[in-house]
Amino acid sequence: MKIARSLQAIAAVAAVGLLASACGNSLDAESSGGAASSAPSAAGSAAASAAPAAAETIKVGFVSPLTGPLAGFGEPDTYIVDQMGAWFAANPIDVNGTKYNVEIIQKDSQSDAKRAGEVAGELINQDGVDVVLAHGTPDTTNPVADQCEANATPCITSDAPWQPYFFGRGGKPEAPFKYTYHFFWGLEDVAAVFQDMWGQLDTNKKVAGLFPNDPDGQAWSGAFPDLLKGNGYTVNDPGLYENGTQDFSAQISAYKKDGDQILTGVPIPPDFTNFWKQAKQQGFTPKIASVGKALLFPSSLEALGDLGNGLTSEVWWTPTYPFSSSLTGQSAAELAQGYTDATGKQWTQPIGFSEALFEVMAAALQKAGSADKEAIAAALSGLKVPTVVGNLDWSAGPVPNVAKTPLTGGQWRLTDGGQFPYEIVIVSNSLAPEIPTDGKVEPLS
Amino acid sequence: MEWLNAILQGTLLGGLYALLAAGLSLMFGVMRIVNLAHGVLAVLAAYLGVILTTAFHIPAFATLVIVVPLMFGVGWLIQMGLLNLSIVRGGLAPILVTFGLAVVLTNLLQEVFTADFRSIQAGSIATDSIQINDQISIGVFPLLTFVVGVLVIIALQVFLSRTRSGRAMRASSDDKDAAQLMGIDNRRIYALATGIAIATVGLAGVFLGIRTQFSPTYGDVTLIFAFEAVIIGGLGSLWGTLLGGVVLGIAQAVGAQVNPAYGVLFGHLVFLAILAFRPTGLLPKAVNA
Repeated sequence: MKIARSLQAIAAVAAVGLLASACGNSLDAESSGGAASSAPSAAGSAAASAAPAAAETIKVGFVSPLTGPLAGFGEPDTYIVDQMGAWFAANPIDVNGTKYNVEIIQKDSQSDAKRAGEVAGELINQDGVDVVLAHGTPDTTNPVADQCEANATPCITSDAPWQPYFFGRGGKPEAPFKYTYHFFWGLEDVAAVFQDMWGQLDTNKKVAGLFPNDPDGQAWSGAFPDLLKGNGYTVNDPGLYENGTQDFSAQISAYKKDGDQILTGVPIPPDFTNFWKQAKQQGFTPKIASVGKALLFPSSLEALGDLGNGLTSEVWWTPTYPFSSSLTGQSAAELAQGYTDATGKQWTQPIGFSEALFEVMAAALQKAGSADKEAIAAALSGLKVPTVVGNLDWSAGPVPNVAKTPLTGGQWRLTDGGQFPYEIVIVSNSLAPEIPTDGKVEPLS
Repeated sequence: MEWLNAILQGTLLGGLYALLAAGLSLMFGVMRIVNLAHGVLAVLAAYLGVILTTAFHIPAFATLVIVVPLMFGVGWLIQMGLLNLSIVRGGLAPILVTFGLAVVLTNLLQEVFTADFRSIQAGSIATDSIQINDQISIGVFPLLTFVVGVLVIIALQVFLSRTRSGRAMRASSDDKDAAQLMGIDNRRIYALATGIAIATVGLAGVFLGIRTQFSPTYGDVTLIFAFEAVIIGGLGSLWGTLLGGVVLGIAQAVGAQVNPAYGVLFGHLVFLAILAFRPTGLLPKAVNA
């Protein structure tokens, strides 16, 4: 009796908890949105009073995961939004002689796809924004873009491979989206970069695949066998596992049995740490490991300790990329250094993409000639703009709505007494020769 | 041989679950409180471990000397400051308080430590192993975790059955009014129980921090598995919690051997099967009046 009653109590609590967290979420978003918008708008009105001619204002919504498991992607955003707010306050966008002030309203997706769609809806319907910017995995980009498409509001997104963005939203090349545009690389790029890195070592071309049962894992495990076949690589994929799995001995024994010498996959950081430690314990020692997602951020590598040395990953952007901002003129190195100086933290790859969203927005506004939503959407469809993450061209994409960014491959190496314990060394530029390499792949010891 | 390996690794994983679940089991056994802040408290302990190892250069295992007593204090304060006030309101109130505590703590950790993944560096012990044969080798750290998990359960059991405070705790659990008549201060006994429970969470948190990477939201994952271990074993029974942890660990490892997609699922299925067919758990505590 007692136990039955306590279980009922638990169920009731769980229900109340869900309700409470839902309420809590909306309160949180109101306050964070308000706080973020107040500073730039104050700056904006100051600029407006200085300008003699009637100044226009473009309202920009910005959605990214600031809290929750995806918060690593949104980590630079508070800094970037502050920087861009200050930049636009001093340098309103010049559209055929008319000055446009920029008001930025920042919202937190809380790493939740549903929440991301909700805040995008609030931005459009309550705040009345003219353009929505969003980045940080398909869980952020897709619901936000869907919301914008439904509300006929231009939307610029990034930080998600283009296949899950375009096909994941039911896009068809012959019937493209009208209002939503994306820039990033695709799975074909990551497969090419990984093969270029593996080709630098002598292996038996047997690849161990560690793919989780989530949108990324499904897309990667589905696409990789075909993308790798041409060069003679075979993928040993024991099956998709659930995120949060604690024991990987089944996968490890399957890889050992097959004699795999290469590891690839797209696990979340805690799962990869569990896997990698258990692999060491149980004697699975590949010559090279090229892993997406888990190895994106320097903090993930630091958390691996010495075990992270020599792991390789796809690289979207580093301070060594030879590009600069079309707005501020800052080079990639200066942008990253500015972040480190202001926060004391090592640069991360989303910094460049977060900044580039504003570059694309400004370029689209200038091309459109006004903040009219239809005009901006039309301008985006064929936009060409040089940004800090590379030259974007929406007229040459793999599908309409998508512009590709250059992808390289990098190897994490322990620094010898540097400011930060790890740095990433570019070891593959086969897809983007304009980006210099710093070395060759070294096998895992 | 693969299956033997799966069972072996699953058993060791079960030790971690038992270690994580011991405090949850103790608090439920004594006070009928389901502590929803359990997972985030383990993460808090792991962060304390990170601070002590990085800022003060204390070796990973030595941090336990500081973290465990500190977490005992945290538990004591939580009980004295929050739960004792809500427990008199009965049933749901203390559970809601622990839920609120979990939300507040998670956000506080995020504010202080950001969302970055962190880990406690323990050196080579994290990857050392004992090779049994070609296909089976046992990690030293999982083995150590298992041993510590078993020792914690034994220690708690001895404490409850052999010491004066332990007997007082059982008396409060059986009938708090009668216990009070016998001169037992329930509030202090509860504070002691929560203190001990959270101290074991501190121990588990440091082990978790050495084992994997965590971020402020990692507590949810740990809470689920700890909770399942307690239910499978039988609410309020410490030996049951150990057994529940091992059953859960083996179910996950064997499930993954069938197909990696079934690992976590098998664990949940065993949990559901127990709820459906044996809701008192494998080793139910004698029903109290």
